[in-house]
Amino acid sequence: MRKPSVGAILLAFIPFVAICFSVSLWDRIDPMVLGLPFNFFWLIAWLLLTPVCMWGAYRLEAPRASEPHGEDGGTL
Amino acid sequence: MNASVIALAFISVIVFVGAFIGFYAGTRRKMDLEQWTVGDRGFGMLLVWLLMAGEVYTTFTFLGASGWAYSKGAPVLYVLGYQPLMYVVSFFILPQVWEVGRKYRLQTQADFFHVRYNNKYLAAFVALVGIIFIIPYLQLQLMGLGMIVEVASYGAIHRIPAMIISFIIVAAFVLTSGIRGVAWVSVLKDLLLLFSAVFVGVAIPYIYFGGIGRMFAELARARPAHLVMPGATTNLGHSWYISTVVLVAVGFYMWPQFFGASFSAKSSDTLRRNAVVMPFYSITMPLMFFIGLAATLIVPGLTNGDLSMLTMVRKTFPAWFLGLIGGAGALTAMVPAGVMILTAATLFAKNMCRPILWPGMTDQQVAKLAKITVLLITIAALCSAIYSSPTLVALLLVGYGGVAQFFPGVVLGLYSKRVTTAGVFAGVVTGVVVFVALALSKHDPAMGLNAGFIALCCNVAVVAAVSLLTPAQRGGFDEQSRASIAA
Repeated sequence: MRKPSVGAILLAFIPFVAICFSVSLWDRIDPMVLGLPFNFFWLIAWLLLTPVCMWGAYRLEAPRASEPHGEDGGTL
Repeated sequence: MNASVIALAFISVIVFVGAFIGFYAGTRRKMDLEQWTVGDRGFGMLLVWLLMAGEVYTTFTFLGASGWAYSKGAPVLYVLGYQPLMYVVSFFILPQVWEVGRKYRLQTQADFFHVRYNNKYLAAFVALVGIIFIIPYLQLQLMGLGMIVEVASYGAIHRIPAMIISFIIVAAFVLTSGIRGVAWVSVLKDLLLLFSAVFVGVAIPYIYFGGIGRMFAELARARPAHLVMPGATTNLGHSWYISTVVLVAVGFYMWPQFFGASFSAKSSDTLRRNAVVMPFYSITMPLMFFIGLAATLIVPGLTNGDLSMLTMVRKTFPAWFLGLIGGAGALTAMVPAGVMILTAATLFAKNMCRPILWPGMTDQQVAKLAKITVLLITIAALCSAIYSSPTLVALLLVGYGGVAQFFPGVVLGLYSKRVTTAGVFAGVVTGVVVFVALALSKHDPAMGLNAGFIALCCNVAVVAAVSLLTPAQRGGFDEQSRASIAA
């Protein structure tokens, strides 16, 4: 299989950092936003922002996927 | 009419409408193995979206999300963490798996391992591990269903008849309509679930507190520790959160039934676009949390937190509405259960029996054996749910830790030429053994980390080491093994 582009991988990495690895930065109650504790607000916001990142990744990957490509199997 | 009759009528109507849709979806189509297992690879974006959402939102989500929010508090946020990220991971796996699947006519996850690594024993082992982790998952769907119907009918139907009736229906529409039946039932199920989650999740905070913001203000005053990790627990802190979210995000689509569902899509682009929009569906999850959090203040002290949502609905709304929730909850168990039964039966017939025991079987005979296996698995799950053993449930709660061990084999199988059959075989065995040992000895979480995550790290190390020590194989998918999958 053709490997995904670096751009798509970087775009996919953004939600991982925001949602997962940075947990100790946002896991708190204050400031409350829209009536929600900050950690709840942050994760709900990323339900909406993750598709934005992945839409960018889609724009990068979809044209590549439709090109004809050679032999299957990676090159690692 | 008394309340239990009204509620029961609603539950029955919903379940039977669902059953009718399931049967109808499969009539007028010739049910060969290809149609039965992967719907002739013809599902468009909407149906794939509904099927995947239908499979992902099980009774564990329906009862467990509010249950965890109630009994554990903020650690339940891991659900909002892994859900968008597992779709991110699927973006890089499922379209590629689909391409391979179309080229080699794959129908199961074990087929993928068979063709990629050209080894029927590895494929049979993957099938066996998959089935072992599916059975307790199935059992949990049954037990959840029994619990929902019993509470929602005000005890009018005992859990055991509820489980038996609904699983006969599930087995019947799986037999007649295969994956297509399951996909169409999930249309009804998703509509009901969306409606009830949005309505209840918004209404309960308004009725009791005057709004979601006011409910959180009250919680922040009365139970501030409940709103940040580790909540009401001592060991579910930040390192647990990170390791669990990573594990489930990479492991989720390693469930054989979710992996297999991707083959039913019409094109790889369907799956790619689906991965982009799926996180929107998770908007229903926080609403489930709100119900559980409201319950901590309204009905404190429930011994079984999983009943917090049903208890709140029963306390707040009229009987017909409880019946509606009960019907939605029953379908929420039946849809994923249908796919699990179908997947386990196909894995057993196609990837264990045919290659190892009776190599001469035709596709028609495999289909016949799979359908007999559907009945056996349904009966086995019913028996284990009725005489439930706590060990099985303990296995399930961490079941994704087991299937996540397929991840290196799938990803390296797609993208690496250097990975070898011996490496993947050794890695999967190591991962499963480490994981089961940690889980059964009650070391989950271990050292603050999810046990499945630790096992996955061992797995990756073994795959890398053994692959580098064994000679490189011919890369990628070769034509040779194609004949053994497509008869």
